[in-house]
Amino acid sequence: MGLSGFRAEVGFRVDGEPHTLAVDTRSTVLDVLRDTLGNTSPKKGCDRGQCGACTVLLDGRRVLSCLVLAVTAGGKDILTAKGLAANGRLHPVQQAFLDNDALQCGYCTPGQVCSAVGALDEFADGKPSHAGDVTAEPELTRAEIAERISGNLCRCGAYTAIISAIEQAADA
Amino acid sequence: MRPFDYRTPANAVTAVQAVTEHPAAAFLGGGTNLLDHLKLGITHPDLLVDVTSVTADTIEDFQGGLLIGAAARNSDIAADYRVRTRYPALAEALLSGASGQLRNMATAAGNPLQRTRCPYFQDPTTPCNKRRPGSGCAAIGGFTRGHAILGASTHCVATHPSDMAVALTALDATVHVLSAQGERTIPFAELHRLPGADPTRDTVLDHGDLITLIELPYSPIARQSRYYKVRDRASFAFALVSVAAALTVTDGVISDARLAFGGIAHKPWRANRAEQILIGEPATDATYRLAAEHELADARTLDGLDGGNAFKVPLLIRTVVSVLRRLAEEPR
Ligand SMILES: Cc1cc2nc3c(=O)[nH]c(=O)nc-3n(C[C@H](O)[C@H](O)[C@H](O)COP(=O)(O)OP(=O)(O)OC[C@H]3O[C@@H](n4cnc5c(N)ncnc54)[C@H](O)[C@@H]3O)c2cc1C
Ligand code: SF4
Ligand code: FES
Ligand code: FES
Repeated sequence: MGLSGFRAEVGFRVDGEPHTLAVDTRSTVLDVLRDTLGNTSPKKGCDRGQCGACTVLLDGRRVLSCLVLAVTAGGKDILTAKGLAANGRLHPVQQAFLDNDALQCGYCTPGQVCSAVGALDEFADGKPSHAGDVTAEPELTRAEIAERISGNLCRCGAYTAIISAIEQAADA
Repeated sequence: MRPFDYRTPANAVTAVQAVTEHPAAAFLGGGTNLLDHLKLGITHPDLLVDVTSVTADTIEDFQGGLLIGAAARNSDIAADYRVRTRYPALAEALLSGASGQLRNMATAAGNPLQRTRCPYFQDPTTPCNKRRPGSGCAAIGGFTRGHAILGASTHCVATHPSDMAVALTALDATVHVLSAQGERTIPFAELHRLPGADPTRDTVLDHGDLITLIELPYSPIARQSRYYKVRDRASFAFALVSVAAALTVTDGVISDARLAFGGIAHKPWRANRAEQILIGEPATDATYRLAAEHELADARTLDGLDGGNAFKVPLLIRTVVSVLRRLAEEPR
């Protein structure tokens, strides 16, 4: 194999739409979304798992698309922040981010939103976090929200408002 | 990144075969460490063998204990009610590691096999005996805040970064391994090794050895366990020091104890000496302190451009005292 690398065919759905693509085995889901499919909603902040800007929902679970090889996503459902808004209506988490001014430059926002959607689902499933006692039912305090979204950095420091937005969305 | 082929083997046996026959092949779990290393250019496999669908991703009851499938995701293990109540230190260790997204991706086998976060190991332009044997160790005399105080060698002073592995070491876990020769089990505390003269090897596993299961034994003491992690920020950071502990106290006297340390050695450190000192003694701060001091009697701290790592000795002693006191005063 030369520099062009190994290629493999892979099929997955992005924001509900099926795609079948020949990808380089080295491509990440993030690169395929942005560069091949033109979906620039997930952002490349660090490309190594440290910032959360690339967060998407993979079969409903929040993951970092910069650390998922596209070839491993065959048959899966990928949902980006763009796809969360259905038929022109914002997802409750997106609306809550607007209502609470939970962003400044907006670069981290699509990742924050996907992470919040995943985190609220995890909470609804009774999954624990490091903020509470693992042997008890979790409670959605502000500290609990902060812990659950600690994988999403915001260079503008909009954290206080982001936590308020997630509180609002959880109550909705 | 160098080109690599990607395969999804039919079963665990063919996965082992594929890697065994191929010197530059690697197993792929959640990819959160391996993919990072591919991008950094510090590892160059030409074949990735995806093992996430050939090993179990479930947690099964087994002889009063649990069998955790190698492909079980870190978040699912931490959320399992049996793990949370019977082995709370393991749930706490997992939840203290990485982020929600990473825990959804990281697997049971991949987590303990993640490699050191030594910044020089991650930087291919610096000397590192672990990455390039014989090239030297840039950490010695460099930035050493994250480095070892026990069991290091003149060849490597790196620490093992996994939180989960510290809890598994304290809780007497066993790993089940499949190789071309067949199946075997390894006590978890013997999986990782000290660097000695060959820091390239983190564990006793050979090329092609596939972890299939992690076994937690029946363990009443594990119900009284906790994991304490001290780090530079409250979340999403690796441990400076950490302690997994379990304690049984009867009439004010320690009748049984399990203790393991993280962030201070090339492997998760089972504190056998300290355990021996604790057992039969009164459950007091003085006992806890004495036990921790004994375990650290051979500690060698490092100078460094960042002030070095001597702070880890008092920090670890205080963390041991704090977690043992909590276990004695607030049984779960
Ligand atoms: C930003 C960031 C922060 C982090 N913070 C923490 C933290 O605070 N605490 C912590 O403990 N961890 C932390 N991690 C590390 C994370 O927990 C590991 O990357 C993860 O657990 C590795 O699991 P994986 O399944 O993704 O492994 P992979 O990356 O897929 O594999 C890791 C290694 O294991 C091998 N392997 C995988 N499966 C098997 C198998 N079944 N048998 C044999 N070999 C196998 C692979 O070949 C590779 O060598 C962090 C990671 C990132 C990126
Ligand atoms: S401490 Fe170990 S991993 Fe770090 S530079 Fe030295 S040899 Fe490499
Ligand atoms: S771009 Fe994926 S975590 Fe930063
Ligand atoms: S809004 Fe600017 S990085 Fe978060």
